[in-house]
Amino acid sequence: MPKNTHDVIVIGAGHNGLTAASYMAKAGLDVVVLEKNDWIGGAAVSRELYPGWKYSNCSYVCSLLRPEIMRDLELYKYGLQIIPYEGSATMMKNGDYYTHYHDHDMTINSIRRHSHKDAEAYERYSRDVLRQCKIIKPLLKMTPPDLTSFKPKDLFGALEFAKHFAAKDELGGLGEKEIYDTIRFYTMSIRDYLEEYFESEITKAHLAGSAIIGTALGPCSPGSAYVLLHHYMGEVDGSVGSWGYARGGMGSITQAMMGCLKDHGGEVKPSSEVINVITKNGKAIGVATQNGDEYYAKKIVSNLDVKRTFLKITEEKDLPDDFVRSVKNFKIRGSSGKLNIALDGLPDFPCIPEGDPGGGGDMHFTETIEEMEGAYDDWKRGEWSRNPYVDMCIPSKSDPTMAEPGKHYMSVFIQYVPFNLANGGWNEERKQEFGRHIVDCIAEFSPNFKDLINHYEVRTPLELENEVGLTEGNIFQGELTMDQLMFNRPVPGYAQYRTPLKNMYICSSSTHPGGGVMGAPGANAAREVLLDMNVPQKGNYY
Amino acid sequence: MTQDLRYSALKKTPFHSRTSLASRTNKYYNWNGYTVPTEYSTTELEYTAARNGTSVMDLTPMGKYEITGGHAHQFVDYLVTRDLSEMKDNTVAYIIWCNEDGKVIDDGTIFKFSSTKFMLCCAVKIYNWLNDSAYGFDVTISDVTDTIAALAIQGPTSCSTLKTFGATDLETLKPFEMREYKIDGFDILISRTGFTGDLGYELWTDPKNAELTWDNIEIAGKELKLRPFGMNALEMTRIEAGFIQTNTDFMAAEDSLRPTRMRSPYEIGMGWLVHLNKNSYFVGKKALKKEKEESTTERCLVGLDIDGDKPAHGSVIYNSKKEDIGIVTAALWSPIMKKNIALASLKRPYGIQIKENIFAEIYHPEELEYRKIWARCKVVKRQFFNPERRNKVPADLYE
Repeated sequence: MPKNTHDVIVIGAGHNGLTAASYMAKAGLDVVVLEKNDWIGGAAVSRELYPGWKYSNCSYVCSLLRPEIMRDLELYKYGLQIIPYEGSATMMKNGDYYTHYHDHDMTINSIRRHSHKDAEAYERYSRDVLRQCKIIKPLLKMTPPDLTSFKPKDLFGALEFAKHFAAKDELGGLGEKEIYDTIRFYTMSIRDYLEEYFESEITKAHLAGSAIIGTALGPCSPGSAYVLLHHYMGEVDGSVGSWGYARGGMGSITQAMMGCLKDHGGEVKPSSEVINVITKNGKAIGVATQNGDEYYAKKIVSNLDVKRTFLKITEEKDLPDDFVRSVKNFKIRGSSGKLNIALDGLPDFPCIPEGDPGGGGDMHFTETIEEMEGAYDDWKRGEWSRNPYVDMCIPSKSDPTMAEPGKHYMSVFIQYVPFNLANGGWNEERKQEFGRHIVDCIAEFSPNFKDLINHYEVRTPLELENEVGLTEGNIFQGELTMDQLMFNRPVPGYAQYRTPLKNMYICSSSTHPGGGVMGAPGANAAREVLLDMNVPQKGNYY
Repeated sequence: MTQDLRYSALKKTPFHSRTSLASRTNKYYNWNGYTVPTEYSTTELEYTAARNGTSVMDLTPMGKYEITGGHAHQFVDYLVTRDLSEMKDNTVAYIIWCNEDGKVIDDGTIFKFSSTKFMLCCAVKIYNWLNDSAYGFDVTISDVTDTIAALAIQGPTSCSTLKTFGATDLETLKPFEMREYKIDGFDILISRTGFTGDLGYELWTDPKNAELTWDNIEIAGKELKLRPFGMNALEMTRIEAGFIQTNTDFMAAEDSLRPTRMRSPYEIGMGWLVHLNKNSYFVGKKALKKEKEESTTERCLVGLDIDGDKPAHGSVIYNSKKEDIGIVTAALWSPIMKKNIALASLKRPYGIQIKENIFAEIYHPEELEYRKIWARCKVVKRQFFNPERRNKVPADLYE
């Protein structure tokens, strides 16, 4: 028997890999997680690139991480705490601003300053969106049924899926109208959807942000409404749609998961990049790493995106041709960039009055949907947006662990940034030019911003691919459009976390229910592995 | 009065300087985005003022919408289920309105000044709904919630209090009529309406006149057992009167997350306000006609007279086989009638054909332990309390 034999190998120590590994370790399996970088966490990391400042280098806020997973893996015990946002604001060129708050009445009053009608429409809108979230919530935890299969499991699964749509009371009590709404939601553009409720440009622009973050769609593209829903279906302690900071940065999530994994006998090996899946007689039996090691296991679970898993580390000869073609066609276009900034003090944003908690969460400065669509137009031409949509926040306002008192860490997410930059692609010079451009854009709303900057990290889609391993830098590991969701994710016929290669599974965000620091793909995949191994499952999640 | 709404949750009403001064408890609650007292001193004494003397309540947070324009009358008639085609100027009507599925959005009162000017008062925010419904009508909708200060003056001595305040000949005003006065140089509209089921009036004026009005009414009612009156006491009186409260006794159609929680007028005892034979069309008419013709009404809202003296707050209602048949939406030990009463939403035929052998399971808290009481209920008329003085013309005077 070769050395380095385990029950399960998980490839990639991102949050889904660690979630899957922890569930399997908790069920009693011997699990090893192999990570290419010398740090763990994938895109949920906190790294100190400048002394004294911790950055949430990639993902930066938390809402989608399923509470059942936090509970099952006892993430609290291993150091995870979520701090809710106080508010969010869009700054306006005329010096005014638009805000949402943790408090409902404050939000209504704020919207009412811009439009009386919109303030009331917001209640109707929230209700409709919440209804859709209620339909989706139970589906997140389910393995999508194969609609072409006649296996009892799939037939029951399909029935179960359908039940949540044609539901009666206990499942959400939705009627025909709500089902029509669901179909509309999955296919409409966010602009068209919002225009059914709101009249003022600023309300629409503020709300539309969630529909374009991380996606290669514009606010006028059909399908963008769903992306908004994807950002809404999370929660912070039962408050659906709320967002918060992970105390200590997003790395706290993966560190806590690693704590759980280790406590249950699991192992994580950094600096162990998997370069090849070893097969024998059409079955996956192990992996080989860059540093020459080989690991063998009964089951291999990949937390890499579907393209990387099947086009980079698996050999085409081991896979069906039509499957490979579908994987090649999988849409995974990168569209976002990021700046992580170490600040010597709190920047002034004169649009937001001092003490107003609207500045406590995400801040933006895109005032109209047209501006947003314009930003998308630049991306289509292979350029970064001259007038970008930014989602910026200063976690150190609420989190005392990111920087010393009085110092601040600012995270700036930028939409849109192309993977294939026109006129020669990315190089160090153009990356820095992009960084300076974003700093200039922010400085227009903050006179002392530039003076406070100690250091910043610029991230383009190319960095995200090279460093984190996200193909083309797509933060969702594949776009969230209907053709790539549920039983179509990652590819039709293989939406149940199993792959055409026997004993090989996939647990990454390329699978249902998709991207965001949610953990659901990892937990769902672990369930399927455990089922196949006849190991009883434990926990609130299942 | 314009308030800076930046970074603020609740607004103050134009009476706030007076209501906060009168408050001995500093207990407030959020009514429609305004801070108003829950209780000034003791709920029981405030309740007693409404049944014994005069109670004064700040009504400003009530949603108030002005509907003006050439089609105002047609629009209002289209909006509500009641036939308002014969409605006279300077009268008020109790109304409900539904969505297109015939599910109730809210109840309220409509004030007719002329065929081109109305005011609608209600609990939920409906500015958006009114505007959407007004498509194709020559009307202008303005939200006047902030620009009209309102007080409820209710109780047996309320007519005398307002007469002393300056409302000449007020006793001749009939229920659901309104009259414009000029008092202390300000225009004040007085309607004989209210939410306590007793003799009472509502007073509408400019916010600039609010503080002076409050002060002068307090002076006028000094010998007439006047007291400011908070939300808790109002809740008591309205249950006794059998008035329904939106989002308490039923979910407003526009607010309910779960469509199965929406209710038709027939399900909340408001069938009498649905005039299917009115000539013009109204929102929800087709759905309501169908419901009536096919007898598909599933629930009803009834009054319950319950054994014992422990209020049945939130109780589940059972039949004799211990099957769940409904829920209590509001409950009260009525001080004036000495009865244990409740409003309950029941699954038909209970409450309509079957009115006996119905039981409430009451959990009565007793020093950190709950006593479970199985109490027999009788289905009764929802209007538990309806004194003769309520509708008497001329109104009772204490002189």
